[in-house]
Amino acid sequence: MIWSAAKALMIRDLRLLWRRRGDALQPALFALLVVVLFALALGGEAQALAKVAAAVLWLAVLLAGLLALDTLFRGDADDGSLEQWLLAPVPLSWLVLVRTFMHWATTALPLLVATPFLAELLHLPHDQLPVLLASLALGTPLLSLLGAVVAALTVGMRRSGILIALLALPLYVPILVFGAGSVAAAAQGLDPVGALLLLGAGLVLALVLAPLAAAAAIRIALD
Amino acid sequence: MSEFEPTHPPLLSARGLAFARNAQPVFGPLDFSVDAGEALLVQGDNGAGKTTLLRVLAGLLHADAGEVSIDGRAATASLRSRAVSYMGHLPALKSDLTALENLDFLCGLHGRRRGQLPGNAMAIVGLAGYEDTLVRQLSAGQKRRLSLARLWLAPSPLWLLDEPYANLDLDGINLVNRMVQAHLRDGGAALLTTHGAYAAPPVRTRMLVLGRAMANA
Repeated sequence: MIWSAAKALMIRDLRLLWRRRGDALQPALFALLVVVLFALALGGEAQALAKVAAAVLWLAVLLAGLLALDTLFRGDADDGSLEQWLLAPVPLSWLVLVRTFMHWATTALPLLVATPFLAELLHLPHDQLPVLLASLALGTPLLSLLGAVVAALTVGMRRSGILIALLALPLYVPILVFGAGSVAAAAQGLDPVGALLLLGAGLVLALVLAPLAAAAAIRIALD
Repeated sequence: MSEFEPTHPPLLSARGLAFARNAQPVFGPLDFSVDAGEALLVQGDNGAGKTTLLRVLAGLLHADAGEVSIDGRAATASLRSRAVSYMGHLPALKSDLTALENLDFLCGLHGRRRGQLPGNAMAIVGLAGYEDTLVRQLSAGQKRRLSLARLWLAPSPLWLLDEPYANLDLDGINLVNRMVQAHLRDGGAALLTTHGAYAAPPVRTRMLVLGRAMANA
């Protein structure tokens, strides 16, 4: 039962993505814009760019994710789909987890794929790229899961706008610190594994707890 | 009426059910029960709390007092999810998906009645030929019919229908009545809200009239 529901939800999200494939590119385009503007502002000097590349890329990914966060449950709340999720014979937290995974796969995963190209644009040293990709691979799902809780909390509001950013950013700070920190450590010749392990531990914790919290928040929002 | 009737307890019963919003009573306390094969017509003016009552029964809202039992057992979330289908004001349809894709998703979510196929259900509700039409291109009445098809496919014995006649033409109203009739014949039960006495289905029907902030069963 829970697998058939998950499969149905995944197929639905993929079909929706295909119908609105223009929207799907938006987070990646936004990140590209941020990176290009940064490169322009810094004057295109390879040395200066290489130093801040990892931090800029992390920030671009984080902001792009924040921009897409409101779409996580908004559409399903507006057309009454969330009501049906609540009444379905599968746990709401499971549906939230699947939905968050699909949202991550359709907004953050394209960014992850684009990261090597963006990194090239910022002259990121090639030996730092694997660490950057690893930190993003662990960090972006964590951002999505924490974001899901915030999106669920604000789903009852007509326009959450800036509030969602205000709520999410404090939660995102540690992820940004460890994510960008791991690459910075690698740049100084230090071992980045510690920060990556912390991100991994956070991800495991969020995988278990965030769907439960988000489901509880949705129940309250629809009450 | 005996509470411990061993043969079959009512499919749905409410006892002392009351709901208040910001300390302002919306309805109740209400006592009623619906047996298998029966319909309960909930009537009341706008704002009398019909929708709220259905949402409470569906488990979307928490009652302030009283208890709901399904098949003689206290209604829990898991019991409700298997026994209850709710059709509210919001269609729960994705406008960027086709009619059939929407049904496929909702069947995956709620499960499907044995021997029923989405294609057949669309024919039953008079939407044959619209399988591949985007829902955004359907009229309000056609969306209603699509929601009815979803209901028809759901395996739950208890239907909670909030204003099922809204947006429907005469043929559609007949369709709702025929569907309710068939569902009741299969041992199901249905709660329908309307604001008038019109179009009551020709089945064993109980009435529940909600007044503003006070009700009599």
